[in-house]
Amino acid sequence: MSTAASTINYDRRGLLGTLGRDGLLQIILIANTIIMLMPIIIMVFSAFKTTPQIFQSPFGIPDFGNVVNFVKIWNETNFLRYLLNSFIVTGASMALILTLGTMAAYAIARYEFWGAGFILMFFLAGLTLPLKLAIIPLFMLMRDLGILNNQLSLIFVYTAMGLPTTVFILTGFIRTLPNELEDAARMDGASEARIMWSIMLPLVRPAMVIAGIQNVVPIWNDFFFPLVFIQRDNLKTLPQGLTTFMGEYTTDWGVLFSGLTLSAAPIIIIYIVLSKQFISGMTSGAVK
Amino acid sequence: MTGRGLWITALLVPPLAFVALFIVYPIVAAFAYAFFDWNGLLRGEFSGLANFHTVLFVEPYASWTRNAFTHNVIVFFALMVLQNGLGFILAYALWRELPGARFHRVAVFLPVVLSTIIVGYLFKLFLHPLFGVVNISLRGMGLGFIAQPWLGQDSTALWALIVANAWHMVGFPTLVFLAGMQRIPTEMLDAVRMETQSEWVKITKIVWPLVAPSATIVFTLLFVGAFNWFELPYIMAGLDGSPYGSTDVLGLYFYRTAFGNVSSGQQDFGLGSALAVLIFVFIAAIASVITVRLRAREIQI
Repeated sequence: MSTAASTINYDRRGLLGTLGRDGLLQIILIANTIIMLMPIIIMVFSAFKTTPQIFQSPFGIPDFGNVVNFVKIWNETNFLRYLLNSFIVTGASMALILTLGTMAAYAIARYEFWGAGFILMFFLAGLTLPLKLAIIPLFMLMRDLGILNNQLSLIFVYTAMGLPTTVFILTGFIRTLPNELEDAARMDGASEARIMWSIMLPLVRPAMVIAGIQNVVPIWNDFFFPLVFIQRDNLKTLPQGLTTFMGEYTTDWGVLFSGLTLSAAPIIIIYIVLSKQFISGMTSGAVK
Repeated sequence: MTGRGLWITALLVPPLAFVALFIVYPIVAAFAYAFFDWNGLLRGEFSGLANFHTVLFVEPYASWTRNAFTHNVIVFFALMVLQNGLGFILAYALWRELPGARFHRVAVFLPVVLSTIIVGYLFKLFLHPLFGVVNISLRGMGLGFIAQPWLGQDSTALWALIVANAWHMVGFPTLVFLAGMQRIPTEMLDAVRMETQSEWVKITKIVWPLVAPSATIVFTLLFVGAFNWFELPYIMAGLDGSPYGSTDVLGLYFYRTAFGNVSSGQQDFGLGSALAVLIFVFIAAIASVITVRLRAREIQI
């Protein structure tokens, strides 16, 4: 009897405890989500307000038909140019990273040859090195190559920086692919290049998406290398152009907020659509 | 060379060339640069350890170095609590799969995809002493006495930057910890539930030890990130770490020394390289100690 009573009592406390605990955790999550989203919501709202409106009612819902600030950005600033530059630099870097990364990873993972382990180590050594600290020699190198004030300097650095993670992810993935297809094709007399291109590469696509996302966000967002390599306004990427733009409109807060909103918009939209791939891609280096 | 050998070489040489030219060479060169005198962009005489001696022991460089280094240490420990600590709690909450967990997960990671430049400017505008939303809200709630020039006084400026950084990046440790928790076998959790009702025991004795691999990575990355900190202070506090150097960190100091700043145009590649080498060696040494130490407490499930 007494044991039964105490068990019931124990269960009831357990249930209440669970409810209380889950309630607390839910409150933590909701509070955190509000803190995470509030700055972004205020930013977007303020983009549609005049400066006095922002000062008087920072939380008020604006008239979303009021696009004066955006028109100003369109007409008076180099914003579209910066956006286009960011697309060019990011696109070219990603194309190079994925092409070169797949080549290296394929060679290391599919063929046995002397020094393969060493070559993989060579790539992985670049994984953790903070390249920012080598900015002085990089600056001199770009000067000697004659590509300071040229987007090639950015594309080359980003490609080199992206290769270690890409080779790491792709090598691991390509190693897991079965040999049968490859062997069958080889029996039929297909060349090595043909086997790689038409048989193996289509299978590698999922890993390329992960490697791509892991690299595309830091490259799109990078500010440090353009700061050092690019001076000419027409060549600036979006984060760098933003600093020019923020300096010019210091008192017009409506325009400032709409500039921030416009720069954040592309990546936020893509993130919302592909959040799952973004999360797994960006944490893939840290999650084994 | 056989056809196969040529094919492998053709695949490997271009990617290797990129890494060799744009990562390995600059890092090796950075070490070499530090041992020379520099005249603008021209390399001068070999000067041994003179550059290192200057940045470590000769005023005013010595106190600048100490000042910046101290701030990096503060940033690291503060973010350890605000970013990784909070990340662990949030991960634990998300792990319960309560209603709305999917939405919360997307929300907590959203700031991580934004550029640091956007985050920096956003918080700079929010923290404006007169028109910023933070002080406007405080005054609106009758708490006007708390309203401060957050970025304008040395007692709060560094902390404002730390909070902005925590807001920006907290999603990263959260989702890395969450992935670690999701890998804990359910049988193990059921077994614990039979033994004890205490949530505290469950967290400290089971969850925490089993997410050790995630902790190793998150701690190491935070360490490297904290000692490389540049963009956020550059945008929010400026290249001089204003006000009065109270937000100066090694990243800003290194950049300023190497490339000069607006107020004084002088640049010194020799001193800059010496700083880079010191920071580099420090990061590499401590990061490996952290990794080895933390690896040792990881348990294989």
